[in-house]
Amino acid sequence: MARLSRDEVAKVARLARIELDEVELERFTDQLAQVLEHAADLEALDLAGVAPTAHPHGLVNVVRDDEVRASLDRAEVLAQAPDVAEDRFAVPRIIGEAP
Amino acid sequence: MSLPEGWEMVVGLEVHTELLTRTKLFCGCANAFGAEPNTQTCPVCLGLPGSLPVLNRRAVELAMAIGLALHATVSPSTFHRKNYFYPDMPKDFQISQYDRPINAGGYLDLPDGSRVGIERAHLEEDTGKSTHLGGSGRIHGAERSLVDYNRSGVPLVEIVSAPDIRSAAQARAYAAELRGILIATGASDGRMEEGSMRIDANVSVHRVGEPFGTRCEMKNLNSLRSLQRAIDYEAERQYALVASGGVVRQETRHWDEDRGVTSTMRSKEEADDYRYFQEPDLVDLAPEASWVEAVRAGLGPMPAERRARLAALLAEPTEAQLDAVGTVVDLGVDGFVEAAVAAGVEADRAIARAANELAGDPEERPGLTGESFAATLRLEQTGDLSATQAKTVLSTIALSGGDPATVARELGFERMAADELEGLLERLIAEHPDEWRRYDEGDDKLAQFFTGQVMRATRGQADGKVVLDLLRARRG
Repeated sequence: MARLSRDEVAKVARLARIELDEVELERFTDQLAQVLEHAADLEALDLAGVAPTAHPHGLVNVVRDDEVRASLDRAEVLAQAPDVAEDRFAVPRIIGEAP
Repeated sequence: MSLPEGWEMVVGLEVHTELLTRTKLFCGCANAFGAEPNTQTCPVCLGLPGSLPVLNRRAVELAMAIGLALHATVSPSTFHRKNYFYPDMPKDFQISQYDRPINAGGYLDLPDGSRVGIERAHLEEDTGKSTHLGGSGRIHGAERSLVDYNRSGVPLVEIVSAPDIRSAAQARAYAAELRGILIATGASDGRMEEGSMRIDANVSVHRVGEPFGTRCEMKNLNSLRSLQRAIDYEAERQYALVASGGVVRQETRHWDEDRGVTSTMRSKEEADDYRYFQEPDLVDLAPEASWVEAVRAGLGPMPAERRARLAALLAEPTEAQLDAVGTVVDLGVDGFVEAAVAAGVEADRAIARAANELAGDPEERPGLTGESFAATLRLEQTGDLSATQAKTVLSTIALSGGDPATVARELGFERMAADELEGLLERLIAEHPDEWRRYDEGDDKLAQFFTGQVMRATRGQADGKVVLDLLRARRG
């Protein structure tokens, strides 16, 4: 597997809105590459006889009944917002629509 | 509109429907439209650190009901995080299903006999609702967006069709039929105007026999009419582009209903990097056969079956009668028709009256029952009420209830004796000799004139059909 590039790390950081300086970019490229190399090691194992595992617990169908529970008090919720207008969270103007 | 000979459009639809659950998909906040902003939120749907999602059983059952109604297979599935940075999702990811959806591989048969494949119908959560304020908006000088998280985490099922649709009219028929099915399963109220059913359309054009063209995705299709118009516009735009040597770019386009055009919203290659990964806070969903079968057993008849049942009541249904049958099923008032027919009302009368008089919101006719609907139509059938009077009785009962015969009497609707009507007609003919001469010479339009005069003189109590019969009988 080709080693992870700085450009790829910069792209992932940009998608996650994380700002990295040159030093950090270098350091995280190295660290992330090690993680991926570890995954590549695992991929090398012969797992032909092992069933895929989605979750370590082996639990399925964990559900709750459709019963309403009290929501938070609005004043308490809006107190967490960076800014409020018309009882809504006010954020810098969004360009375009959600994906 | 149509593309030139040898060209065709290819359309696939993605329909999102909110589920009629009491609570959200992963928390106990109420799922109810129209509440005060930000009054239905909690740490889970606000994405606060440390909160954990727990799946809503009812949402799973409604998702399975949709899948089963679409002949899909319910399969073991997983949840993924779809990561994107946008303030309508406070977690910065949406929990959705990715490579293992709960329902896969189904189909939907349309009334015209065509079949559209269903690729998948998966569960996911809705986003918050944002309102954009410009410099000239309500907040002076500020360029901001406001977010209400009441909708954040509301359960959705996204139904993805195969690219099997070949015209805008077929796309519309698919959306209408799907809407009927969603309502019939109890999963959705199908209200496009409230956003509980939302449609995105993928459109491309190609020369028949050649590979599919590059597709564009249309958004903001808020009605069936918008859907049809936007697809026609977009197919034409793409054809014109390709025909003039241009290239269609894969992108998302916004439909502007007022201007009747689509325009670029964003280019696909820039935005769609969602870095899906499995949601570590949720375990697999693998409904056992008994659970699936219980949901299947709870499904009522779907619209196609209900239409067939009503059509079978008609001897040789005309196109117009079949349209009325479709309307009755869309309105969900089959029960009224069946009650009326059981009470001896002719099926075509029952279907026509149900299609025309029961079109409004059921909540606006609390007084009307299948029984009083049937009894009113009986009075019309026996000639005790004219068609106009029957409609008035229906709308009166709709509001305040009551027995049709009593209500008719209270309204002063009494059957007019035929000889009384004859006398009136004689007088009207004498008063309008010119009109009568023209009618007598074959100008049928004048029949309306005389019927109108009779209705005015009797304040609408005469039976229009009887008046017409009398007029015809008097013709030379």
